[in-house]
Order: sequence, then structure tokens, then C-alpha cells
Amino acid sequence: MNINLSINGNTHAVQVQEDMPLLWAIRDIVGLTGTKFGCGVSQCGACSVLIDGKLTKSCSIPVSDAVEKEIFTIEGSSENLEFLRQAWTEGNVPQCGYCQSGQLIAATSLLDSIEKPTDTDIDEAMSANICRCGTYTRIKKAIHTAVQLKNETR
Amino acid sequence: MSSIQKIDRRDFVKLFGLASGGIILGCSVASDNKDFIPSTQIESFNPNLFIHLQKNGNVTLIASRSEMGQGIRTSLASAIADELEADWQYVSVEQAIGHEKYGNQNTDGSRSVRTRLAPMRKMGATAKMMLITAAAKKWNVAETACKAENHFVINKNTNEQIFFGDLVAAAANLPIPKEKNIQLKKVEDFKYIGKTLKSVDLKDFTHGTATYGIDVRIPNMKFAAIARSPVTFGAVKTFNKDKAEKVAGVEAIFEMPRLVPPTGKFFGMLGGVAVIANNTWAAFQGKLDLDIEWNKGPNENFDSDAFKEILTKKVQETGKLVPGVRGDVSTAFDAAAKTVEATYHVPFLAHAPMEVPNATAWFQGDKIEVWAPVQDPQTARSELAHFFEIPVENITVNVTFLGGGFGRKSKSDFVVEAVAISKKIKAPVQVVWTREDDIQHSFYHATSAQFLKGSMDNNGKVTGWLQRVGFPSIVSSFKPLSDYGSGFELNQGFTNNPYAIENFRLENAKAEAHLRIGWMRSVVHIHSGFGINSFVDELAFAAQKDPVQFHLDLLGKDRIIQGKSKFPFNSKRFKNVLTTTAKMANWGEKLPEGHGLGIAIHYSFYSYVATVVEVSVLDKKVKVENIWTTIDCGLALNKDNIKNQLEGAAIFGMSLALYGKISTKDGAVAQNNFFDYQMTRMKDAPKIHINIVDAMHEPPTGVGEPGVPVIAPAICNAIFNATGERVRSLPLSDLGMV
Repeated sequence: MNINLSINGNTHAVQVQEDMPLLWAIRDIVGLTGTKFGCGVSQCGACSVLIDGKLTKSCSIPVSDAVEKEIFTIEGSSENLEFLRQAWTEGNVPQCGYCQSGQLIAATSLLDSIEKPTDTDIDEAMSANICRCGTYTRIKKAIHTAVQLKNETR
Repeated sequence: MSSIQKIDRRDFVKLFGLASGGIILGCSVASDNKDFIPSTQIESFNPNLFIHLQKNGNVTLIASRSEMGQGIRTSLASAIADELEADWQYVSVEQAIGHEKYGNQNTDGSRSVRTRLAPMRKMGATAKMMLITAAAKKWNVAETACKAENHFVINKNTNEQIFFGDLVAAAANLPIPKEKNIQLKKVEDFKYIGKTLKSVDLKDFTHGTATYGIDVRIPNMKFAAIARSPVTFGAVKTFNKDKAEKVAGVEAIFEMPRLVPPTGKFFGMLGGVAVIANNTWAAFQGKLDLDIEWNKGPNENFDSDAFKEILTKKVQETGKLVPGVRGDVSTAFDAAAKTVEATYHVPFLAHAPMEVPNATAWFQGDKIEVWAPVQDPQTARSELAHFFEIPVENITVNVTFLGGGFGRKSKSDFVVEAVAISKKIKAPVQVVWTREDDIQHSFYHATSAQFLKGSMDNNGKVTGWLQRVGFPSIVSSFKPLSDYGSGFELNQGFTNNPYAIENFRLENAKAEAHLRIGWMRSVVHIHSGFGINSFVDELAFAAQKDPVQFHLDLLGKDRIIQGKSKFPFNSKRFKNVLTTTAKMANWGEKLPEGHGLGIAIHYSFYSYVATVVEVSVLDKKVKVENIWTTIDCGLALNKDNIKNQLEGAAIFGMSLALYGKISTKDGAVAQNNFFDYQMTRMKDAPKIHINIVDAMHEPPTGVGEPGVPVIAPAICNAIFNATGERVRSLPLSDLGMV
């Protein structure tokens, strides 16, 4: 089917199978490869995107469900994501980096809904994302740092 | 062109030898090197394969080892930059293709820094000397009157300075200094080495712009998925593709025969049925819609539970004697005040890197180009030359970022698959494994059984140590019927046991391979570390001694074991990490109810590591609360990166201790994806405390792997400390403890 996908504020006219998971439409059809494939079954969070602001595993929803909605990926920019990027950089968080797109999107979603998350909030929000390199300690710290950075600029 | 670049390769080898760790120090003009010869207009200074300095001052440093999260691009670049006196702001890193001119590129065995630090420093120092010579000539002063600092050469007498970029043309025409004249910096003068430098790739990692293998896009490329036999080395009997062909986007479906590696090298590929499509999803869907009947082959009845029983039985009996016997254990056991025995198990494990195996290939008749996340690009290249009968010089292997490797991507079967398909369809293609493919067709960490028996005298001093181990050998993946552990495997913790025990005997039980066996982060150290540290804890308990003091007593008096190694074993350094970690963890102090501490020490990849774990156990469920780890890895090249590696190793070790288990039934792997092959997640992650011993005057040793083997035994020893219950068979999830 022919559809328009709105990703990070840009509209992409694409021809896809309607049951294709959004992940593959973003990666293979639109050509934005920052969103990663990790498991295909909503278990690892590597494919996390925001759809109308809601955290979504793009491997597990059909592309047709994202039509006429705003999709936000790691290639995008938002206030919270930028503070998180800065915090990720300060904390030298990534190792292989592969899961970090999904981690950053999940963390953005967390900060979008809770201004100052506790460790427990972070554990809850981030445990859907696997990092095989094991950078959890740094991710947790960086989320707190991002909150701090944001407060400092106010 | 500079005169130096007219020297031919053989002269170069003669002039500079291979002293720099197998890398020719100068730039050669061998025909396969033309990428690195500057044009007649000198725009850049390329004193060797690793340094390209532009007139604007930008310096590109070449990373010759694969980046899989161990931070090697940053670490090795920082070593070059330090000796070059480069300003880090001007540095960028480019990944080398697979080529022997870069020296050994096989990124495994925690040896990149160990083997590359010295040559990389020399590369930087050579370039710096040439820049100083160029400036000295301009000023007409002696080279000794000049120094380099932060991207400038400075005239020490006048304080005049010239920017590195402005010396490009002059330096490019200079001969390369003789290796014996190259002076390296003193440890005290390091600017980047031994400090903390953030990853050069942070911007890409946080913007989704790093190109992993799976992100490679070539015009007109196809995507492929492969259905492989559920039973290892099974083959297609018949298949029906009617339904799969109807999947929108599927363009071709065909059988791929297995490519069997020649004895002793390479990995080949499993074969199966390939589905080619115009997107990844269609290829995955087509694969699911195939109806395949398999000839299951010789591994049809392989059942890992039954195999565990067989191995357990075998290690209770006398096995093949491993050299290195001391004294006589039987006599020691007979004379003992007390003997203790125990059997330990570790299951098969899969690496499960977040980026699944994948490769993009373009077979173009007389040449092949590949883009892939490979740990060992040179072997991949040789393997392609072998299987596709294309001269190796016509094969280009571009190394992408690796979304995790952990040893899985040192086996390039997925690259062979991509090339085989590209050859058949005459188009560029990307083969992508599903997560299920990855879990079910890996080169697994070998399952193992170990029997240990120890004896002690009336004072609790250990007098005898018998260890029997059985595990399918990695060698079986190269050489069928290799049923015993090889020397390199047994030397990972068994034969190089550091304990000063008078009567010592090691035996190896026969174990056949029915899955492909491979290296996984820290390899055989995973089970040697588990068995030995668990058993020492059992002996300490039997002797009614404190485990820390017991380890110290076992290590005996301070001694250095040189052997043939460039890295002698120093028991004093081992004791130091042990006592330091115990102190960090407040070892010996009273813990809250239900909490316990456990300790483990392990020497691997020439590094000394000790870990204390604190667990809490509530209603039989274990929570890992704290992990303290100390490493002595000699010269610490990039401190924060080492810390990150050890934090990651703690989580990796936890994953295998808590959840790691690959099992088989009727020859096929039973696990599918992350729901039944689980990983440690953030909610389970403990507080991790890392300490790096200051040993800057010692040579650098391994970092990526040595943090892993201590974790599982320290956890299990902590559980014992908390509950009195001894875990001898991993993982904890099998015992209902998580």
C-alpha cells in the first residue's frame, strides 16, 4: 500500500506491505538505520521509537498502525534527548553502541513523563532494554545527570 | 612522491624488520598498497599506514582492530596521538580494511593493547621525529633544539612554533628514521596513555549514525534469510517453497549446500534454504513459510541433559593425564586428615551479541567486496579466497562497527553465506540472521563437567588437588573428532593453576562435540574459574578458615613463574588484587540478615582479577547487591574504558550465572530468543565498584575478558555464605533461585 510516514517531522511517501513491522519500514524502506533490530519479538528494546510520544517497540507493530502519527527515532531531536545525549557523552556510556539508540529513546520517554525519576523509576522504565555489553550502571547515572543538566539550564 | 615511498617492500622489511609487532613501520609501495600513496601533490604526510596528517592539521589514525565495544579505536589512537604529541581535537579514526599489512587483526584473546601498544607508540613517535626534523631544517637548528607539543613543533631556544599542518610538505620528503633511533616517551610524560579519554565514537553512538554491518546499504542490494537445519550439520532432504514464494517482496528461493571447512582452518557455512527478498522482513517471512524436511544427520539424538550425565560420569573416572603432575595425589589423599570432593557444571552458552550475525557481499565475477562486522577480517578474506577461488588480492573486506562480538564474530560463516548468495543471484546482498538463528546456530561456549578432589592436613593446609574436566573442544570446529581439550584450552586456568599445592594432578575426560563449539568472552576460563573458585571455597569451609586467607595460603610464598611467557606470573600481584578487593568490600564485617559475601580470583589473559560479590537471598530468590572488582592489567591505557569493560564483564558474568543455558533436545537447540535465553537487565543490575591497580611500569595485559570468569563463582560463594546452600551447577534459574 502507499502511505505517508511522518518521521522526526519529515514526511516519507512509501510503498510497503501493510503488515510489515514499522521497524523494517523505517530501516529498509525509508532508510533510517539508527533504529536497530535486536530480537523481533519486543524483548530487547533496540528498536524503540516514540509514536505520538508513546514508547513503542517498532519490531512489533505493523507499519499501518503508524500512519497519520508522528514517529520519533534516534535521528530526531528533542529537548530531553539532547540532555540525555550530553549526559551519555559525559558519562562515556556506550561500549559497542548498538543498543544505545533504543536506550536513549526509552530514556527520553521516561524523562518526558517523569521530570525527576528515582532509581526505581529508572529500573522500571529501562528494564525492557537489553544491553549485552552491560552499561546499565552508566545509563542509570546518565539519566540522573541529564535531569541535573536540564535543571542547570533553567 | 617522497623518496622513502620509493623503497620497495622487501627492502623495507630488511630495513625495519618486523620488529613492530609484525607491522612494517614505514609506508611501502607494494602494489596492493596504492591507497596509501599520496598523489604527487603532497597534501598529506603519511609516514606509515596508521597516520595521515593533513595540511589543515587534521590527523586520521587508522584502527587496525575491530571495534566491538571494547573501545579499541579510541585506545590505540590515543597511544599513537600521545607519542605524536597530537592535539586530540584534531584526531579522527578510520577503520582499516582486512589486510595483513596492518599486522594481525584478529580481535580476540584480549590482546589488542597487549600486542599493539608498543608498535602504535612507535608509529606516533616516528612521525613526531620527522615533524621535528622538518621544523629543525626550516629553522636551521639541531633537532635537539626542538620539541613537539600539542600539534606544534617548538624551537626551545626562541620559543618559535610551527603548526603540525604547516610541516606536512617538508616532513613528507624526509626519510623515515631508523627504528633503533626512535625514542619513546617516559611513563611520567604520557598525556593520553594511562588517563581517561572518551570514546571517539560517542557522537555516532548517540545519534544512531554509527554504521554496523546490518546498516550497510549498497545500491540495488537484496536481503536474504537462511533456514538452517535445526540439528547441527543436518541437510535439506526436500523442501516446498510454494507458500514462501507468495510472500510479497520475495524474489528467489534456493537450496544452499553446506560448505565444509578444510581440516585445520576456516569455518565454512552450514547451508540450508536461502530466501532472497527486497527487504529484510520479507526474507524473514518467506523463511518462516518454507516447508523443509531435513536429513538430520549424526547429531540427531543429541540431548544436552543426557550429555551432562555422561560427562558427569566420565569425570568420576580416571581420564587422560594432562602433563604437569606434581607429587602423588593418591598418597596425599590416603594420608589426609580430611578430603573433599565435588562436581561442577556449566552448560552450553551463546554469545547473543545485540547485533545479530550479518554480512553484505557483492560477488563481481573476478572480485569480491564484503562489508561485515567481523572480528577477524583477514581470516574471513582467506576463507573467501578458498571457497570461491578468487585471488585474495581481489577480495576486499570492509570492517564495520560490531554491535557486540564476544567471540561470535570471529567466526565468519555469515560472511561466507552472503558471498555464496551474491554469487548465485549476481547482485549485492545482505544476509541477516534472526535472533532465533543466532541462538540456535551459534558456535557455542562448550558445556563442561569438572570433578575436584582435595585433601588437607590437620591444620587445614591443602596437600593434594585432583581436577578432572570434560568439555567438547573448540578444535572440533576445525578438526572433526577432536574429543579432548587442546593445550590452549587446558592452559586457560587448569594447567596454569597458580596454587602452591605439593600433590597436583589434572586429567581430561573425552567429550564429543555435537554442536559447533567456539570461543566466547573469556572462553575456558569461564568453567575453570567457576570450578576452581567454588572448590577453594568448599575447602576453606571444610578447613574452617576464612576464604580470603585460604586463597592467600594456597598462593603460597611470593614467587614469579616465568615459563616461556613474556608476561611472567607474579603471585604477589595476585595476592594484592585479592586483599585489595576484600578491603573494598569490607570483608569480614557483619552483614544484614540474608546477605552473604563471596570471593573469587582468577588470572587470565595475563591479568590478575579478584571479585567480591554481595548477594541477598529472600524466599530462596537471589539478588546480586554489590560487585567489587580489582584488576591488575599492567599499564592501564584508558582508565575509564577499562572501568567500563569490567562493569560490563560483571553484567556478562551475571547473565551466564543467573540465566545462561543452551540445551538441546533431539539434536536441536531448545532456546529461541531473549524470552528463554535471558540476559541481566537493569532491574537486576547491582552496584558495581571497579578498582584498577596502578602498575603503569608493567606491560599492558588483557582487559576485555578477564573480568568475566570470577563473577559466577563469587556469586555462588556468596549464596553459600548467605544460606549454606552450595550451587555446583549453573545457571541459578535452573534451581529456581532467580
